[in-house]
Amino acid sequence: MKKIAILMVFVSFAMGVFGMRDVFAQEATPSDDEVNAIAKEMYCPVCENIPLDVCGTTACAQWRELIREKLSLGWSPEQIKTYFAEQYGDRVLAEPPPRGFNWLAYILPPVAILVGVYILYRTLQAWHKPVPQAPILHTESGDTLEDEYIARLEEELHKRA
Amino acid sequence: MAISPEQPRVDLEPPCWNNLPRILAWVLVIGLLILLGWGLVRAQQGNVQAGQPAPDFTLETFDGETYSLDALRGKVVVVNFWASWCVTCDEEALFLQEAWEVYEPRGDVVFLGVDYADTEPDAKAFLEHYGITYPNGPDKGTRIAQAYRIQGVPETYFISRDGILAFVQIGPFLSLASIQEQIDLLVEQ
Repeated sequence: MKKIAILMVFVSFAMGVFGMRDVFAQEATPSDDEVNAIAKEMYCPVCENIPLDVCGTTACAQWRELIREKLSLGWSPEQIKTYFAEQYGDRVLAEPPPRGFNWLAYILPPVAILVGVYILYRTLQAWHKPVPQAPILHTESGDTLEDEYIARLEEELHKRA
Repeated sequence: MAISPEQPRVDLEPPCWNNLPRILAWVLVIGLLILLGWGLVRAQQGNVQAGQPAPDFTLETFDGETYSLDALRGKVVVVNFWASWCVTCDEEALFLQEAWEVYEPRGDVVFLGVDYADTEPDAKAFLEHYGITYPNGPDKGTRIAQAYRIQGVPETYFISRDGILAFVQIGPFLSLASIQEQIDLLVEQ
């Protein structure tokens, strides 16, 4: 009788432990932070330019729940993002995959920066270049035109004085 | 008085490659402006208008059937864009189902529900809740919505037997009669 009582206590204890484990399993449901970590890298097409993690519409709430569901099924963040891109198009991703027209998003900014740097370099170079002097014209006698002009100017001034 | 100018030597024709970066920069700027303009024009185009050919599409329904608009030539097609999260889609769901029940026996009118930016469980729950029996499927990649340039949901497109868009309803239908009015016009043609 005593043995049966001990066995029952043991079984109850074991069930309690397993019960606790079940509770732990439920707690392992993906948290809001885990869901939002993926959601913040996505955009819902209904509310453009608002990241999915902060979007307040019903559509976005449904999408976040879908992310939670996929996470609980063991999907990786990459798998989830790929799924959403297939379902709703590449535009739901904050970082579009490098293919087709999306390449422009990767190529244009660095090219624009390089062109900008080049234009800046050329402009600065032009600012530092010495201004070319006007050619000095000489008369046949070897005097410069400037000397002759000054001489005539002085002569005129002398006459008027 | 003869003047003999001492002109500095000037290279009148600099090498072509010297201008290449400048040309590339202009090409880039013009290209970007064209892209921007194209985007703006597209954004301001609005929906596909009545009188234009209806853009072709293929819809795979939640039941696994596939419908192609081209294959439905000769029938009147009603394409309804909806979503389970759309509040006003609730209002017209019952009217659309009623209209489908009126025209389904004829065989020459097809209703297609295009579920936009929705999750499958919520979409299926919506269809079940309103008892929708006409073919419905997700707009994968939002391709159909982009082809029709929808501005939101619900929107309904009525396509004539020869594939021309006859009427566009922006927003929900508020009565069965207003749906029937559009279909009857196309059926009689």
